[in-house]
Amino acid sequence: MKQKISITINGKLRSDEVEPRLLLIHYLREVVGLTGPHIGCETSTCGACTVMLDGKAIKSCTIFAIQASGREVLTIEGLAVNGHLDPLQEAFWNEHALQCGFCTPGMILTAKQLLQDNPSPTEEEIRKGLEGNICRCTGYQHIVNAVKSAAAKAGA
Amino acid sequence: MIPQEFEYSAPGTLQEALQLIAGGERKVLAGGMSLIPMMKLRLAAPEHVVDLGRVPGLNYITESGGTIRIGATTTHHEIEMAPLVRGRCPLLAEAASRIGDIQVRNRGTIGGSIAHADPAADYPASLLALEGQVRLVSANSDRTVAASDFFLDPFTTAIEPGEIVSEIVLPAEEGSEGYRYEKLAHPASGFAVVGVAARIKKTGGKISFARIGVTGMAAHAFRALNAEKLLEGGATIDEAVATIGEGEEANSDLYASADYRQHLARVHARRAISVALTRAT
Amino acid sequence: MATTTVKPETLVGKRIRRREDPRLITGTATYVDDIKMPGMHHACIVRSPQAAARIKGLNIKPALDRPGVVAVFTGEDVKDVPSVPCVAQLPGLRQPHHHVLAQDRVYFVGHPVAVVVATDRYIAADAADAVEVDYEELPAVADPEKALAAGAPAIHPQWPDNTAFTFHQEGGDVEKAFREADVIVKQRITSQRLVPNAMETRGVVADWRAAERSLTLYSSSQAPHLLRSLLASIFGIPENRLRVVAPEVGGGFGSKIDIYAEDMLMTFVSQRINKPVKWVESRRENFLCTIHGRGHVDYYELAAKRDGTMLGLKLKIIQDLGAYLQLLTPAIPTLSVLMMPGLYKFKNISADVIGAFTNCVPTDAYRGAGRPEATHGIERMVDILAAELKMDPAELRLKNFPAPDEFPFATATGLAYDSGNYALPLKTALDEVGYADLRREQKQGREQGKLLGIGMSAYGEICAFGPTPATPTGGWESATVKIEPSGKVTIMTGASPHGQGEETTFAQIAADELGVDIDDVVVLHGDTSLVQYGIGTFGSRGTAIGGTALYYALQELKSKIKKFGATLLESDEVSLVGGSVVHEASGKSVSFSKIAAEAYRPMKLPPNTQPGLVATHFWEPPNFTFPFGAHVVVTEVDRDTGQIAIRRYVAVDDCGKLINPLIVSGQVHGGVAQGLGQALWEQAVYDDNGQLLTGEFTDYAIPRAHMMPWIESSHTETPSPVNPLGVKGVGEAGTIGCSPAVVNSVVDALSHLGVRHLDMPLTPEKIWKLIQAGGRA
Ligand SMILES: Cc1cc2nc3c(=O)[nH]c(=O)nc-3n(C[C@H](O)[C@H](O)[C@H](O)COP(=O)(O)OP(=O)(O)OC[C@H]3O[C@@H](n4cnc5c(N)ncnc54)[C@H](O)[C@@H]3O)c2cc1C
Ligand code: FES
Ligand code: FES
Repeated sequence: MKQKISITINGKLRSDEVEPRLLLIHYLREVVGLTGPHIGCETSTCGACTVMLDGKAIKSCTIFAIQASGREVLTIEGLAVNGHLDPLQEAFWNEHALQCGFCTPGMILTAKQLLQDNPSPTEEEIRKGLEGNICRCTGYQHIVNAVKSAAAKAGA
Repeated sequence: MIPQEFEYSAPGTLQEALQLIAGGERKVLAGGMSLIPMMKLRLAAPEHVVDLGRVPGLNYITESGGTIRIGATTTHHEIEMAPLVRGRCPLLAEAASRIGDIQVRNRGTIGGSIAHADPAADYPASLLALEGQVRLVSANSDRTVAASDFFLDPFTTAIEPGEIVSEIVLPAEEGSEGYRYEKLAHPASGFAVVGVAARIKKTGGKISFARIGVTGMAAHAFRALNAEKLLEGGATIDEAVATIGEGEEANSDLYASADYRQHLARVHARRAISVALTRAT
Repeated sequence: MATTTVKPETLVGKRIRRREDPRLITGTATYVDDIKMPGMHHACIVRSPQAAARIKGLNIKPALDRPGVVAVFTGEDVKDVPSVPCVAQLPGLRQPHHHVLAQDRVYFVGHPVAVVVATDRYIAADAADAVEVDYEELPAVADPEKALAAGAPAIHPQWPDNTAFTFHQEGGDVEKAFREADVIVKQRITSQRLVPNAMETRGVVADWRAAERSLTLYSSSQAPHLLRSLLASIFGIPENRLRVVAPEVGGGFGSKIDIYAEDMLMTFVSQRINKPVKWVESRRENFLCTIHGRGHVDYYELAAKRDGTMLGLKLKIIQDLGAYLQLLTPAIPTLSVLMMPGLYKFKNISADVIGAFTNCVPTDAYRGAGRPEATHGIERMVDILAAELKMDPAELRLKNFPAPDEFPFATATGLAYDSGNYALPLKTALDEVGYADLRREQKQGREQGKLLGIGMSAYGEICAFGPTPATPTGGWESATVKIEPSGKVTIMTGASPHGQGEETTFAQIAADELGVDIDDVVVLHGDTSLVQYGIGTFGSRGTAIGGTALYYALQELKSKIKKFGATLLESDEVSLVGGSVVHEASGKSVSFSKIAAEAYRPMKLPPNTQPGLVATHFWEPPNFTFPFGAHVVVTEVDRDTGQIAIRRYVAVDDCGKLINPLIVSGQVHGGVAQGLGQALWEQAVYDDNGQLLTGEFTDYAIPRAHMMPWIESSHTETPSPVNPLGVKGVGEAGTIGCSPAVVNSVVDALSHLGVRHLDMPLTPEKIWKLIQAGGRA
């Protein structure tokens, strides 16, 4: 039986009737029509689907859309403000922190919380902070550089 | 990939939640970090899911009279970051910080973790070393079970039908005690191949108090009582840890055979105790 | 006429951030799963849970009865669809008919048995669960050596020896070399099965338009034109009515070169239901049904003189093929044979390959495809020989490299290595790491029980696949360059990049050649209706071959630009400066943009010249390229647990000329991560019943950020004479150089305990047990 949900997505409130079993990732992709959050696994282990729920990074494949009702979801599409890229997006670009780009939206949003919790992380802290996100392309080194450089910019 | 259909309720009060659960085949949903993956793989297919996420008053961390109380839906991340836990129960904060990844810690709850009772979960080792208690409530009961009586078997606990975990009760630490949670994470799953939580107090330079909880090694987490006694009795760390796992049947998988796992438990116990000892004042 | 400003600096060789990134960092790129179409249906595939079984019964009614389900197809429906194609040819190759849905038998876990088509993804999943299949289990065999043993169950009943092919190659006189040798070392070396695991799983959207008799197929493919040609011949759809689009592709690493059953099945389904249909692979399916890589059991024998001169090499490869032959499956181990001498001056080799069927998913090209296996083998053997001779492994390597003036160097396997200075990266890496000091530290540490290892690999690889006679898919590449009337430049490349950054490197090349702003260049790819024809991106060929085709197309345009300029300046005494044409004597010039406009509205045409500025070039390379390099790895082994920590990772790679060092270093890092994955963690483990035990990210350990060391990467630059850009290719180098260096390092750490060889992955328990046993395995 479908139930009504209302979620603020990237600053805009919307309401839909959904099956309780509809996963947030499918809601965002199939109902809302977003393409930023990706699906890379079904065991909650890859992080490609990461979005922010009330300001915290979560795996949108491991939460039902109905659980997010009444809350705020931020996806990569909503990260740039007035067309200005977030410093992390800018840093990922400058440091060549992506290749195929599939992991990138999730990686950036996880890094976002990492920097919220710890504005000047060490290399080790960055690596540990990103352990829930798999990247098969980059070997992570440029991602580490990107997070460091975004942190340095914010601190400067 | 896609869970089966189910009915969903999100009770707004604890009483309502307990009433719903009392009503038969109902599955409680907390952080969903264990339940939802199982539902997606269709290893679990509950007909009715009761979401604790909107029950007020289950998410808290308080301290009074030397007792810390943590509400069941408090997330791993909240526990890891809370100044109260970091200050007064640092072992638990350390264990929480080693669970999964940040996204999992943002959603997963302490109540859900211990109710799920994965033999490779992190909290149980600390709960045992802390001699914690688990409060279980139902529509018509309210009882408290010692952690040592709570974990019974893989994915099996002392929770009775109709009951939920409402809070975890832990002693607040005075500050002189040393602690350490030492974990060997599985390279793929991140769960504990073994995890050892140790608490040590010193008197006159000697170990006067030792509590050691071991997870990942056996069917459920256990306290290394012999090792504790030996340490308190003046034995060396090596002598004490050599008894860990005696009488337990060690788990075995592709990553670690039973022998190796038991050995790892001892090595990590030695490391946990050594760090705890240096932290003790 | 205006005087033009000459662009002061060239872009080739610069670290330029990528032009493909804005869409990727904002989440607006379109991968297959992002494609939606009116009337689109969703397919879910019912797969075998058994590795070998007879299908006794199949009941699709419970699925068909569910609301929203429009069709269920089974083996019977597709029995006339031709086999999933394999284009690799070997003499006497036995090729089982690979039906897109199982007929009466299944051959591996994950074998597609039925496909359910519904209006929605959730409904399709529910219905797939409702399909009832009755299996009669048959004995299975998952290990290639067991499959070849007498009495093994026959995977394909018509071939009871489970042998798909045998292959022999030799060069020189290997028996003589072995007779003359002072020492012979032998070792069995395995390269375990790996799961490529591109982060984007495969996906297909097929859109058949009956009225137009045309098909558009969106597929997460590394080689869209190849897919189109094969689909065209399989389904009898003319190529000019078949459009294949590889939209944004989320990684491939070889696994998306193949034409898969699902590409064909979705074509079939769309034709049947007359609607677009989408199938997106789950990760579980990706583990079970997308090709795996490696799967070698190798038997090596190396003959040498006491002074270290290597004389001869014998190799027997047992290749685990899986149950079927995918696109290139049987060709992969033949690449190992080509590469078996590594960088050394062997004059005598002999190799035998046996291709063994198993009840597993097929193996095929995965990052490095045959070369990592060969490099791993030879680099291990060199270390084993060094140990036997009590020689320093670096010294032994240096002694057997061809000198820089010996190039092109003819190998005993029939290759001509294009250019090289093999000693340079090795010496550079050893200097960087502080080799002599480390050896001293190792010696002292051992007295205190510390286990420190220093390991190296000197690798070579075959890249830029390749001359057509040596590349079953075709070996050339194409480029079209269109200079628009506005002076903007559009490049259409047949290379189909998916992370390699050619939208940037190709724009760099074009910007330099034409003297235009890089922002005025757009690179298009991956769509057969846009791009002339192309081969694709794999085998580190994108820039070396695709870039060269581009280069020549640009040269054609430049000479045309010069002609237009000469006509406008009314003089033949002109020269090209960037994209402008200059009359030196008078100092007059015409700008690039002026010429571009003129070319489409010429007031006066140059002699023998047509209007417009479009050029297409197909470039067939005369040879492969042969990048090389050296990786040096310092490891510390925890005596208590067998855990391995990497203290230093130094990579010195030579991939010829660097177009964009930023992109190249990304390729190296990513390659090393996959090599390290193989060395330390990754393994597709099938049990005796053919069940994949490591079939999810929760069991199969992919390197994560916290598991990776810092990679100290640098380059030497030996230009390739094979192409005018001097590039060799870098996509696979990191992977190839990595695994032997890591294993050599750990073996080195344990060598004083008598350890001489370890098979991958180097799991801590394996190491711990060896240490417990005092080194004797
Ligand atoms: C990628 C990943 C990595 C992880 N790594 C680790 C790790 O390293 N270490 C570790 O310890 N854990 C790990 N976990 C598990 C994680 O800690 C979960 O949060 C935890 O196991 C379950 O908590 P939850 O709140 O998510 O519960 P849910 O998934 O919502 O529920 C789990 C079970 O407990 C029941 N339940 C939930 N709450 C209650 C309650 N209050 N009373 C009674 N029953 C209840 C549910 O009915 C269900 O049966 C990982 C999970 C994931 C997805
Ligand atoms: S899709 Fe992999 S963690 Fe969500
Ligand atoms: S960039 Fe491809 S997975 Fe990270």
